[in-house]
Formats: sequence, C-alpha cells, structure tokens
Amino acid sequence: MSAINNSTRLDDLSQRAKFQRWWQTGLEREGLFGYLLLIPMLVVVLGLIGYPFVLSVYFSLTDKLLAQPDFQFVGLKNYASLLEDPIFIRTLVNTFNYSVTAVIAKLFFGLIMALVLNEVVRMRRIVRAAFLLPWVAPSSLSILAWVWMFDSQFSIITYFLNQLGFVEGKIAWLGQPALAMAAVQTVNIWRGIPFFGMTILAALVTVPKELYEAAIVDGANAWNRFVSVTLPHIAPVLAVVTLFSFVVTLGDFQIVWILTKGGPLNSTHLIATLAFRTAIRSADVGRGSAIAAFLFPFLMFIIYMQIRYLRRED
Amino acid sequence: MMQKIQKFELTKKTAIVISVIIFGLFSLFPFAWMFLTSIRAGGELYTVNQSPFAVREVTLDHYQKLLAETQFVRWMLNSLTIALAASAIALVIGLIAAYSLGRLRYKGGGVAALVVFATYLIPPVLLFIPLNDVVNRLQLSNTLWSLILVYLTFLVPFIAWMLSGYFKSLPKELADAARIDGASRWQAMVLIDMPLVLPGVISVLFFAFTLSWNEYLYAFTFIRSSSKMPVALGVVNSLQVGDVFFWGQLMAAAILGSVPVVIIYAFLMDFYLAGLTAGSVKG
Repeated sequence: MSAINNSTRLDDLSQRAKFQRWWQTGLEREGLFGYLLLIPMLVVVLGLIGYPFVLSVYFSLTDKLLAQPDFQFVGLKNYASLLEDPIFIRTLVNTFNYSVTAVIAKLFFGLIMALVLNEVVRMRRIVRAAFLLPWVAPSSLSILAWVWMFDSQFSIITYFLNQLGFVEGKIAWLGQPALAMAAVQTVNIWRGIPFFGMTILAALVTVPKELYEAAIVDGANAWNRFVSVTLPHIAPVLAVVTLFSFVVTLGDFQIVWILTKGGPLNSTHLIATLAFRTAIRSADVGRGSAIAAFLFPFLMFIIYMQIRYLRRED
Repeated sequence: MMQKIQKFELTKKTAIVISVIIFGLFSLFPFAWMFLTSIRAGGELYTVNQSPFAVREVTLDHYQKLLAETQFVRWMLNSLTIALAASAIALVIGLIAAYSLGRLRYKGGGVAALVVFATYLIPPVLLFIPLNDVVNRLQLSNTLWSLILVYLTFLVPFIAWMLSGYFKSLPKELADAARIDGASRWQAMVLIDMPLVLPGVISVLFFAFTLSWNEYLYAFTFIRSSSKMPVALGVVNSLQVGDVFFWGQLMAAAILGSVPVVIIYAFLMDFYLAGLTAGSVKG
C-alpha cells in the first residue's frame, strides 16, 4: 500500500520538476510568452465582446423580455415582424440616409478643412485647436447646445434667418420630419468634420514637395496638381477614414436620442435609437436585439474592407 | 507674369482667410452660444429675439446653483472615478497584449492582431443590449463598476491596437543585447522595451480617459440613479424638471463638464494629431 503511494509521490515529484523545467524554458520561448501576455485581453474579448455578441444573436431568436428569466425560442419571428413594420423600414432607410449623407458631407468639408489648414502659417496651433473643439468636447454635452439652438421658440438660428429676411416667424426645427432629419445630420457633420480634417491633414503633410514642383514645371494649374498629385497620394487615407466614419455613423445614438428621441412621429429613428427604445424602454429584448442585428452584415462588410486595406498597406 | 503671380497669391490668401473664418464660426458658434447662455440672467434668455448678443446683466447664478443645488459635483467625481479606473485597468491589459502582438513572433499572432482590430471597430450598438443582461446577472446594474467593466470593451482593443504599432517600430537590438547578458524575457519587456514606449502610453492613457469620460449609451443603459451617473449622462438626463429645461444651468453644466477633456486635448493636441496617423488611420 505504502509502496504504491511512494511511487506515485515520486512520479508526482518528477512530474512537477518536469513541469517546472518546461515552464521556465517555455517562458523563454517567444511563442508561449506571447500567448500568456494575450490571455487577459482574450478574457475581455471573449467574455465581454464575443459572448455578448452570441447572446445578442440568440436573444434575437427569442421572445425574451427585460428582467424576465424565462423566455421561448421563436425562430425568425422577430425578424419577420420587423420587416412588416413600417416604423422599422423607415428606420432602416433613415439609418442609410443619415450615414451616407453625413459621411459624404464630412469627407467633402473635411478635405477642404485639411487643404485650408495646410496653408495656414500664422496662429496655426490656435486655428487647429479651434477647429478640433467640436470633435473633442463630450458629444452628449455639446449636443445640448444644439437642442437650445434648435429651440422652437428661442432658436438663435431662426433669429439669424429672420434678420437676413429668409423666413418669417418661428421654425419648429425638431417638429417636422424633414427639418428634424436635416438637423440631426447637421449636428453629426458639425462634430465629424474635424476628425476628417485632421486625419487628412496628417496625410497631406506627407506629400513630397518635389512632386508639386515637377507638376508646376509641367505647367499644371492648381486644380491639375490637386487631381494628379495630391489626390492619388492621400487616397488610401481618404478610404480608411471614410470607412471608419461609416462604422461610427451607422451606429450613432446620442445625437438623435438627445435632439429628437426619434421623433417627430418616429421619423428620425436610427437603428440604435429604435433598438434602445424597443429593448430597454419597452423591455422587448428579443425584438430589440433583432433590430440591432440588422447592422451586423454592413459592419462586417466595412470591417472586412478595412482589414483588406490594412493588409495591403503593410 | 510677376504681377499675375502676386495677384494670385493675394486672392489665394484672402480665400484661405475667409475659409478659416467660416470654419471657425461654424465650429465655435455652439460653444460661444453655450457660454453666453450660461452667464445670462434667467429672464434675459427668453428675450433673445431682440438682441441675442447683448448681455445686459452678467451673472454667475447658473454656475452657483449648479454647484450648490444639483448633483453636478457628484457626477464629475463619478466620471473621474470611472474614467481613471477603466483606463488604468485597460492600460495594463492592453499594454502587455500590445507588446505580444507588436514585438513577438509566433503562430497565430497575425490573426490575433486582426481580431483586435475588428473588435476595435465593433460599435456599442451591437453590444449594449446583451451587455445589459450580463451586467444584470453580475448584479452590477446601476453601479459605477458596470461602466468600468464594460468600457474595457472599447478601451482594451483601442489600447492594444495603438500600442502594438509603437512596439512594432521599436529597434529590437536593445532587448536582444539585454537577453544575451542574461535578462529573462519578462525583464527585457519590463525594463528595456516598455520604458521606450512611455510617450505612447501617456497619450493612449489620455485618450482612454476622454473616451470613457464622453461615453453615453452604456451609461444611459446601465445607470438609473442620478447619484451614480457620470457627467455626460447626468447633465442630459437629470437637470430637467419634467419638461422644463433650465437653459442657463444646462449650458453652464455642459461647459464645466467639457473642461477636463478640453484641457487634456489642449496639452496633447500634437500627440493626438500624431496618433491619428499612427493609429486610427493605419487602422
């Protein structure tokens, strides 16, 4: 009996010594050391991103309600009923309208901002800091300023328009569907231009001066130089920053929530705001998850494009 | 010819000055309006239609009331706690992961880097509903901890991604020399390589802080008690009484709540601009 015990003890000891040796030399191996350092991040990625993501897909196939432990699997019922819901269809259209319009405008004005900043010599830092402010300030707080500026009674924008003689009387900026949509887009564009501007500027600075000189010798005018020298050089940055902005804009929440809460008459809902209202406010987690899931294929496509770009750049 | 060039230069200069003014007005007007509203006596706010820029009576009433009669200070402290804790935890996790991804070579390293990049791009919209369930089950709902934990979802990939770029650009010779002299991998990492990326660590830490400070959707989803709210949420959701907005107070709160972040950027603008090319553009 004790002989058996002893031999297992010995086995155990030699096992332990082996493990220790393996561990010490192993730690010195690049691979094992590398994997070990990744573990905490993997816990976060799997536990707080991967698992919730799977959970979300699962919820979207159930009739789960908020704070209710019991729920049933219902298949694609949530998705089917969404596709028959005019508010959801409107939201889908809004999300694309909002994102495409805002991203194109941000790209356009951001490019102009970058070209202008590239020429500013005096007071450079102050000008940059001023332009950057909308991007830097906490958005939920700066959006409040816009809520006040779009006030139906005391709007300063309406005041200017009245003074200039464009319109008479009050304007319910956030009270009419088309105006409200334009208003939330304006705020998104206002906040996003500096991000495009500064990123594109960073790329503009790297265009070699010789190329411009060569183009001038060849008789190219300013527009020709822009098209044949500047644009090709900054094209990769334009592509990456546009894709990145698409991801962020498609998932936008607080601009619409704080300005209109999706109204008037659900006309400015985006996927994020409708998902919030459905899953959190109305406690319909299943349906809310299905709403958010509609973003997924588009985001995947954009992320895939980004990664392809990244690989080519390397 | 000379004259023509000079004339061109002149019109170009005016065009640039005009564009700077237009961009400047558009960018800054909401902040200027915020400020004017916050120092105006209450009654004056609603006579705006006569002379919007003439402030007849400058008052600090709104600021005083905000600090004395609301939970504003509490919200600022909450934001500070959440942003500091989340950034610090995310930095430790992200820094060692970045070292691994940027500095070491092993099977699957490239794939891991891509996964980090992809998760960095996943927006909160896709996660706030299931994370709400996770937070409830962990019984963290309506606590500061819920936000500290959940902010790791965007901070860790962000930090790992940004810093792995820094580690990639480091020369390998120093650490190699130390290893030949008998340093272990751990020592080479902590004593040789990590101090070299300190500038990157500092800037990433500040961005992590501002990202946490500015976050709204998760806070809005998990936090219900006013006393637990971070400032980005409290000002928007707790300063109105019923349907009544106190605009003077709201604008004062919006300004004070933005100050920490704006100060950080004022000091770190160059870091920020460099980071745009190094990190977010390259990824």
